[in-house]
Amino acid sequence: MTTAHDVVIVGGGGAGLRAAIAIAEEHPGLDVAIVSKVYPMRSHTVSAEGGAAGVIGADDSVDEHAYDTVSGSDWLADQDAVELFVHEAPRELLRLEHWGCPWSREPDGRIAVRSFGGMKKKRTWFAADKTGFHLLHTLFQTSLKYPAVHRHDEWFATKLLVDDGRVQGLVAIELATGRIETVTAKAVILATGGCGRVFPFTTNAAIKTGDGMALAYRAGAALKDMEFVQYHPTGLPFTGILITEAARAEGGWLLNADGYRYLQDYDLGKPEPTPVLRSMELGPRDRLSQAFVHEVEKGRAIDTPYGPVVNLDLRHLGPKLIDTKIPFVRELCRKYQNVDPATDLVQVRPVVHYMMGGVHTDLDGATSVRGLFAAGEVACVSINGANRLGSNSLPELLVFGARAGRTAAEYATTTPGPTRAGLAQADDEHRRIWRELRRREAGTERISAIREEMQHTMEGSAGIYRSGDSLTKAVDTLRGLQDRMRLVTLEDRSQTFNTELPAFLELSAMLDVAEAIVQSALCREESRGAHQRTDFPARDDDRFLAHSLARRAADGSCEIDYLPVTIRRWPAGERVYGR
Amino acid sequence: MADTMTMRVTRYEPDLDHEPRTQDFSIPLRDNWVVLDGLNYIKDQLDGTLSYRWSCRMGICGSCGMMVDDEPVLTCATFLVDYAPGPIRVEPLANFPVVRDLVVDISDFIERLPRVSPWLVRHEDEPVDDGEYLQTPGELAEYEQYSMCINCMLCYSACPVYGLDPGFIGPAAIALAQRYNLDSRDQGAADRLDVLIHPDGLWGCTFVGECTTACPKDVDPAGAIQRYKLTAAIETLKSYVEGPS
Ligand SMILES: Cc1cc2nc3c(=O)[nH]c(=O)nc-3n(C[C@H](O)[C@H](O)[C@H](O)COP(=O)(O)OP(=O)(O)OC[C@H]3O[C@@H](n4cnc5c(N)ncnc54)[C@H](O)[C@@H]3O)c2cc1C
Ligand code: SF4
Ligand code: FES
Repeated sequence: MTTAHDVVIVGGGGAGLRAAIAIAEEHPGLDVAIVSKVYPMRSHTVSAEGGAAGVIGADDSVDEHAYDTVSGSDWLADQDAVELFVHEAPRELLRLEHWGCPWSREPDGRIAVRSFGGMKKKRTWFAADKTGFHLLHTLFQTSLKYPAVHRHDEWFATKLLVDDGRVQGLVAIELATGRIETVTAKAVILATGGCGRVFPFTTNAAIKTGDGMALAYRAGAALKDMEFVQYHPTGLPFTGILITEAARAEGGWLLNADGYRYLQDYDLGKPEPTPVLRSMELGPRDRLSQAFVHEVEKGRAIDTPYGPVVNLDLRHLGPKLIDTKIPFVRELCRKYQNVDPATDLVQVRPVVHYMMGGVHTDLDGATSVRGLFAAGEVACVSINGANRLGSNSLPELLVFGARAGRTAAEYATTTPGPTRAGLAQADDEHRRIWRELRRREAGTERISAIREEMQHTMEGSAGIYRSGDSLTKAVDTLRGLQDRMRLVTLEDRSQTFNTELPAFLELSAMLDVAEAIVQSALCREESRGAHQRTDFPARDDDRFLAHSLARRAADGSCEIDYLPVTIRRWPAGERVYGR
Repeated sequence: MADTMTMRVTRYEPDLDHEPRTQDFSIPLRDNWVVLDGLNYIKDQLDGTLSYRWSCRMGICGSCGMMVDDEPVLTCATFLVDYAPGPIRVEPLANFPVVRDLVVDISDFIERLPRVSPWLVRHEDEPVDDGEYLQTPGELAEYEQYSMCINCMLCYSACPVYGLDPGFIGPAAIALAQRYNLDSRDQGAADRLDVLIHPDGLWGCTFVGECTTACPKDVDPAGAIQRYKLTAAIETLKSYVEGPS
């Protein structure tokens, strides 16, 4: 079957919905559709807890937000992108307020803001500690106002159609019926989110499998800065459930096995009883996660069946503050860990959380393939550089989702429909899915076995600390796993809500993404932000003040080259926290 | 305590099965495993054909609702040990058509949602540059509870009225309408009235309160319905007194 739209957005999370609304508002004549593998309100944006940064305080300025973001990124963010971002973020957050987002308030009715890691001023808007949930539901509900926004819920995109040097649509599987659909479009916006599931221990939901990154990569687009994977310092062991940074912003402490606030030993400032911005527990995530590894090496962490942990202490905040400011933290700890943060220490460890890298785009979301746009966690503009600051991602979805929507819409108004060769590609993809996957004879490999091996390879070689040796081995292991994909059995032959086929396609996307991460990490012979090489421990601005670009070569291998960082007002300097 | 448990799962594959059947699987019984971990174990290790929905594994995306021992629950927030020694029964959410195995069809709810205008209605939009609409913490508290719905559909599964009359717009949709009606920034209550007082709207509710018991997020849809009935009665009376406007 074939469905035609002017603009198709893949992904119904924060970025995808914001793009759709921007198009519906500003180009009401265009036919826009959202293709999403889950109902939009199930998208992973729903789990974001802590908040969204945007300058509103009289004592704050966009320059300070920009500086915090640039220094937080270890100078790898593009400063033109950051300046644009900090200017537009407050407006986007206000717009969301006008759409009904239940932001937490000051007694006089104004928006309340909280502190966040790596930010020098209080500028993080929050809706208690369910910010992403409220943001996503507000966007979803607002999108229902626009009948022009079509939705294909629970459709799984498998391939982008590219001919004549431009994207012409995609192929997707309707999960309920197994029908394979050709969706033609003049412009496609990828808003498919991140890829945390490439790692074994992650805060990311099951759907975060890097599909959009793989779709773009296979269509010839470049993936930028893929070596920069953010570990969040405080995940619950076993489940990987996130304990938001807001818990530390409200005054939580990190303690090692001796009950000692160990961050003071890592050039992050002195311990004070109340939180100090850009200091100690409110330092940036990369530095906090690295400090954890050193505590483990010193034997000062606590051993558990799920590996070493440290303690997050919230007891001194008292139940009242916990219940008003971070109620979800208490709910999650009680329900999933069986501890009450008001009276108990909470065991935590670093956990893979966010992908700084992604599909290379310009400030308007355009990728290196004509007609293909990207926004949100799948994209890399880049405002996050080598380390994202907490609460910059949600406003990024809004700012760049809206921009990508507008640009894609304008592009679509002057672009012709699909070519014959483009449609022929769709037929090929239909056949591939049918023949290769559905008719796959009993193989010898299980999806879960390959997935687990990939995840452990990534954790072992591309985790918080990396080395040339371990990365080189990982390249080989991943190649072996790619080969084994040919031997996977698909037991499920049903057309109706087959979940094994998407799991297979997700795994094959993750293997491509994993390869790009490992290759990018191997080539970057320096340490910067979240990328720490034990064999190259220093930052090397002469060689690597540059974005890596990973492209698929003709022989299927992954090639890396570099693009200079845009530096404007803030020359690369030392990152200083706590002093 | 035994270290395994039997999970009795409802299977249904419309191309093959005339009606749902059950299949027993032996799964590890671990302290920190939730029902969803058991299902993932089956899918990964025993039988790749089992279909069910899940995503966040932290009780917020609303995907993983199922009947566990006859009660609608989020399977990512329901521990296996609470059902030891088993067998534990896992079935698709009641009151919905079953698509396959543990996957139900909720398109009815999704299609009806826009009818209650679940967005902020303003007679005139003020420019964003003029700043936020003021709202005190007290005003926020008026509707906050009703804004917590994750659309998990547990309340529909628990609702005897929805079970008998699938036309009933249902607890979460009414709670969502109330979420906006009670928001000090909203001016759309009148627009929502017609849908809500329609026979498929709130008067369908016989106030059994099962929805509130089932809700994992303390939304209290029954309370929302009850409270709105009063408003609706007053509005309806007013319209009789004042005549059509
Ligand atoms: C636990 C947690 C807490 C966080 N807290 C914060 C915070 O406090 N502040 C902050 O700024 N950031 C936070 N983040 C980061 C932030 O939430 C994410 O970066 C952001 O929500 C990503 O949004 P997105 O729109 O790009 O993608 P998502 O919300 O992940 O949506 C992706 C969409 O793409 C669709 N999709 C994917 N693949 C396919 C396919 N093959 N076919 C069809 N559709 C597909 C999915 O269905 C989904 O609709 C947090 C992240 C996590 C994990
Ligand atoms: S009201 Fe509660 S039970 Fe019903 S859908 Fe919403 S969260 Fe689920
Ligand atoms: S998996 Fe998201 S609510 Fe259970």
